Order: sequence, then C-alpha cells, then structure tokens
Amino acid sequence: MRKIAIYGKGGIGKSTTTQNTVAGLAELGKKVMIVGCDPKADSTRLLLHGMAQRTVLDTLREEGEDIDLEDVLKPGFGDTRCVESGGPEPGVGCAGRGIITSINLLEQLGAYDNDKQLDYVFYDVLGDVVCGGFAMPIRDGKAEEVYIVCSGEMMAMYAANNICKSIAKFGKAGTVRLGGLICNSRKVDNEANMIEEFARKLGTQMIHFVPRDNMVQHAEINRKTVIDHEPTHNQANEYRALAKKIDENKMMVLPTPLEMEELESLLIDFGVLN
Amino acid sequence: MLLKHTTPKEIDRKALTINPAKTCQPVGAMYAALGLHGCLPHSHGSQGCCSYHRSALTRHFKEPVMAATSSFTEGASVFGGSANLIQSINTIFTVYNPEVIAVHTTCLSETIGDDMTAIISKAKDDGFIPEGKKVIFCNTPSYIGTHVTGYANQVTSFVKNFSTSTLKKKNVVNLVAGWMEPSDMREIKRLAKEMEARTILFPDFTDVLDAPMDGKFHMYPAGGTTIEEMTATGDSKFTIGMGPYSTEDACIALENKCKVKFDMVDIPIGLKATDRFLMSLSRHANVPVPDSITADRGRLVDLMADSATNLYGRRVALWGDPDTLIPLCEFLVSMDMRPVYVVSGTSGKLFDVRMKEILKDIPEAKFKSGERADMFLMHQWIKQEGVDLLIGNTYGKYIARDEDTPFVRFGFPIADRSGHNYLPKTGYNGAAHLTTQILNALLDHQDRTCPEEKVEFQL
Repeated sequence: MRKIAIYGKGGIGKSTTTQNTVAGLAELGKKVMIVGCDPKADSTRLLLHGMAQRTVLDTLREEGEDIDLEDVLKPGFGDTRCVESGGPEPGVGCAGRGIITSINLLEQLGAYDNDKQLDYVFYDVLGDVVCGGFAMPIRDGKAEEVYIVCSGEMMAMYAANNICKSIAKFGKAGTVRLGGLICNSRKVDNEANMIEEFARKLGTQMIHFVPRDNMVQHAEINRKTVIDHEPTHNQANEYRALAKKIDENKMMVLPTPLEMEELESLLIDFGVLN
Repeated sequence: MLLKHTTPKEIDRKALTINPAKTCQPVGAMYAALGLHGCLPHSHGSQGCCSYHRSALTRHFKEPVMAATSSFTEGASVFGGSANLIQSINTIFTVYNPEVIAVHTTCLSETIGDDMTAIISKAKDDGFIPEGKKVIFCNTPSYIGTHVTGYANQVTSFVKNFSTSTLKKKNVVNLVAGWMEPSDMREIKRLAKEMEARTILFPDFTDVLDAPMDGKFHMYPAGGTTIEEMTATGDSKFTIGMGPYSTEDACIALENKCKVKFDMVDIPIGLKATDRFLMSLSRHANVPVPDSITADRGRLVDLMADSATNLYGRRVALWGDPDTLIPLCEFLVSMDMRPVYVVSGTSGKLFDVRMKEILKDIPEAKFKSGERADMFLMHQWIKQEGVDLLIGNTYGKYIARDEDTPFVRFGFPIADRSGHNYLPKTGYNGAAHLTTQILNALLDHQDRTCPEEKVEFQL
C-alpha cells in the first residue's frame, strides 16, 4: 500500500487535484482510500457527488469513542473509500489535535488493515504545516510520499518551500519522502520552466503540469471530478496522466529547501524578467 | 542515601529542572478561590489537572478541598471546551448551589485558546447562571509562572469582578493576603482587631482550611471573604498588600478600578516585617498600636536575645516562594543567623534585589530564582559546603535525611507534618513560634548527635 499526502498553499487546488487524480487511479483499477484532513471537510465532495458525509470528529463527538468504521467511511466514485476528519468551527478548539485524534482513531478502527487490500491512501491536508497536528500525516510513517501542489505564484512557491522544510525535518528521522511538485497552472508567465527549475533546486521533479481549464469548475459545480463528469475531455486526460505518473513514480527524495533569497532570484530570473 | 547521585560539581543546565521548587499555576488559583465564601473553584481542563490540584491542597491542609472540572475529553480538546463548561455551570448551580464559581484555565484549555469571556457570557445568555450568582475566571497557563502567579491571578480576578466603588468612602483598610496559612491570617486579623482597625481581609482562609471538626460535612465552610465584603473593598480608603508577588497585581487593579491607593509590605513574618505591617496599618487606619501588641513584640525580642547563643552564625538553606522567603531571610539575619543558600522556582527581579540587600553582610550567601533554581541545585550547594539548618517545604526531607541536617518545615506543600494551618508564623507571636521551632530543631539534633561528654543539661 502506498501512502501519499498532498500538501500545498491554501486555495491552490489540493482537494480538486487530489480527487481528480484519485479518480484517475480508480479508473486504473486501484483501490484507493482518501482521508480529508481539513476542518472544512470538503476533500471528498467530488468523489461522493456532494453527498454530505459525517466526519470522524463529529461522529466521535456525538457518539463517543464506540465508533464503527462504516459510520465514517463512505464509498465514492470508482469504489474509492472516502473519510473526512472534520474539525472544530473556525476560531474554536484545536484543528491540529483534531487531525491527530482522527488519524489515530482510523488506525484503531483498522481502516488501513491488510484485509482492506488498499493500493493507495491519500491524505489531503489543509494549507500550511502550521502546527504539529498538520504534520501528523507525515509523522511516524503514516504517509511516506508527499506531493506538493503549487503554481508559479510567489506565495504558492513560498508555501511549497516551507512544506519541504518539514519534510526534510521529519524525513531525517522517518520514512517520509518528497515525490514531486504538481504544478496546478495559474497561467503565470513561463510557469512550467520555473517550477521545473524550482523542483530541480529542491532535489525533486515537477511530476506533472496541470493546465488551467474551465472544465474543472464545470465539473465542480456538478459535484464531480472531470473524469466522472466529462471523461473524454482533454482535462480528464491530464488527470489520468498525473495518476499514471504517480503510479509509476520511483523518485523519492529528501528535499533541500531554498533560502528566501534563492527563491526570490528564481522568480526574477524566470518570471518578471521574461 | 536517597539522593546519592547528587554531585557537588555544578553543571550549566539550560533545559533541565530537577525537583522544581514550584508547582502549577492552577494550584494557586484553586487555593485563592477557597478564600471567597461560598465559592466553588472550577478547573477548565482535563480531570487529571483538577484531581492533582485538589490533592496537592488536601495533603497540605488535611482538609477536604472541593472543586469541579470541565472534564475535557479528546472531543473537547478538538472542538473547544465551551460545551463542557456551559454544561458544568448548569450542573454546578443546579446541584451544588455555590455563590460563585471561580473558573481557572489549564494548559490544555489555554493551548487550544478557549475564549473564557465568550463562554461565560453564553452561559449567562442561556440562563444557566441564576440571578445573584456569579461566574468569574482567571487565566492560569502553567507554562508561564508558578503557583504564586496563579494565586495572584485569582486574587486579581476577585477585584476585577467584585470590587465596586459607590463613591462613599468608608473608614476601612483592605488587607490583601499573600500566599500564607489560615493560621497566619487568623493572627493578622487578631492584630487588626486588637488595634481596633476596621479591615477587610481577602482572600481569607480562616474557618475554611482550618475549620473545626463538628462531625458534619460543609460543602462551603463558614469562613472566607463574603461577596458583600469583596464588593465593599472598592469603597475602602486604603489597601495594604502583603507580599508583592501574590498581591501587587490585585492592589494595582483595585487602585485602577476604584481609586483605592495601596501600600505594599512583606508578609509579616519576623520582627521587622511585622513592624512594617503594623506601622502601615496604624498609619492608614489611623489607629495606635496598643500596649498589648508592644508587649508581644517585647516578648519576641526577649526570646531572640535568650536564643542568641544557640542561633548565632548558624548556616541556613531555604527554599520556597519569594513572598515568604524575603521576610523569613530578613528575620534570620536579624537573629544573626546566616541564610547562605536560597532558591525559589518563582522568578522575578524584585526577589534578586531584596535578597541582595538582605544578604549584603553574608558574602558567602548564594541565591537563585527561576526555572533552574531547583532542589537539585540546592542540594549541590549543600554538598559543596554543608549547612546547620534547612527551612522549606516537604520536598527537602530527602536532603535533610541524606545530609543529616535539622529541618524546619515551612511553606507549601507540607505533606508530612501537621499544625502549620493552626499555629501561625506571622506577627510577633508567629515569629516567636518560628524561633522556637528553629531552636528546637537545632538543639534536638545537637543533643542527639554530640559526643557523650558534650551533653549538657542546660543549653
């Protein structure tokens, strides 16, 4: 079973990219579980066709610790298994602790056991690694591969660089490695070349360049992944390609994060001056 | 040897405290809350915090200590403790009917950032706080400060929540009690009464943690500062704070809120500190010190003179809280004893300044406050050069045994002896009691250990 965590700046398209990629893997006949690690609990909406799902933490709060896996795990598109951690309302409690609680509970409930015969587990993690809780998926060998969704925008790269710092830190003691950057295009000038160079400096690869296409929004409004909504559209093929690349990926590295000046000069060399 | 691994050689430590000379903030907050009549302390956190803080107080006072808890579970840690606290408030007023619930936070509720003001106001909006009852709170994260900070925060919260100025000043002096025993407060109240000074003491542990046995259980014992008294502190003409670490914040809050000026004195332990306290009270309450108290003072001076030969030059090691260590060291120095080692887990510049001044004629004296000022350091110093006497809480008993050194228990907690909450250490009588304890400890040890030919009938 390959255990993959998707990180990236808030709003970069982690959940959309993850679900579309998972749909692609499901099409390849892989058995995938997706664990949403975001208090907003919107990491499985496209796979479940918007079906409201009870989060692990809501269930824990309402029913106590005596929970069955079926209470929190719903089958989605292509027989994917969908879980949402959930968390507190904004500004209250501790979302980081929520992720720790939720992942521990899933382990106790046997969500990852061999009898589930999973090929993949995907953790879709909110924004930046702001505290210990959000690093939970990459600690203790939970996720062993990380893909960072980014674009050619300064802050997205800055966030990606920060995430690399935590991978470098946890990877030293643990098994987590960086699998690559997924460039979710924002149509920034010279974007693909810049991210490729950025990836090279980090010691990794740009595993795929996902072009910007309105079809993604159309599919989202219809609460579906592109593969599900418009299987013949070119964008669906892009996600299939990404799924295939991840499936075949062998390049796992401990990243070498950049200094701030290095990152800025990269932007100047590739972005502004061209 | 229980502490056989302690070495005389000090190693510079940055991140390790061994046997700290302090405890958690909420212990102090819970203690202070018991000094308000009809108040139930409430610990906003996991059950374990509340249990520990209750037992820390119970084993010191040998009295039942009532307190409630928000009983955080995993869920409460993630979603915030609001639902738990609101449910607690409802249950407490329905079942236990206190006048006040004094909530203090814990490390967990502080870390997840529970908004106490919002939660309590929601409990009020939901109708869970009956008319005339009150829920107050103070923040007590234990990764800052110590039990002394928690105590100070709670006392300050009393002022912020109750003290009210009606613009009609009364001829009353507020006495803000620093961390001391109920017996110490009883003696201070006796002195004030003897002087015919009108005072309000807060917090007040007399008849709470030294309550007489009458065969019945009292959820809310007879003692404690009443809400009426606490409210009236805003109309008093003056405030005397006893112990800057535990009361200065409250005094400042009272001055800011109700324009009551204050004087800060030490807890009246020993001759000079008692002198200063009585002079301050005499001046601000505008009452003379009666002959009866002057006679008490005379008896203390007599006892000090009688004991001088046995106390002179004796080396003493002390640990505890700044508010008691400062006057205590001053008292020892005034008896020509030598407080050579002093540690306090509670740090602050004032402690260093005062200690430096008090110990200026004892060049070999070492003192330290803060996180690394722990019992291990104290023991290392003693290993370097021994002392004749130890004064501090029960955590020193292992050192006392290993080093075969006389030991007078003083401070918090005292878990292995009784009487500290009944026999005062404050005022002249308290100082006489303390002197006797010191003398007995030294002479008992001398009688037990000196060579046979040195045993004297009269000492």
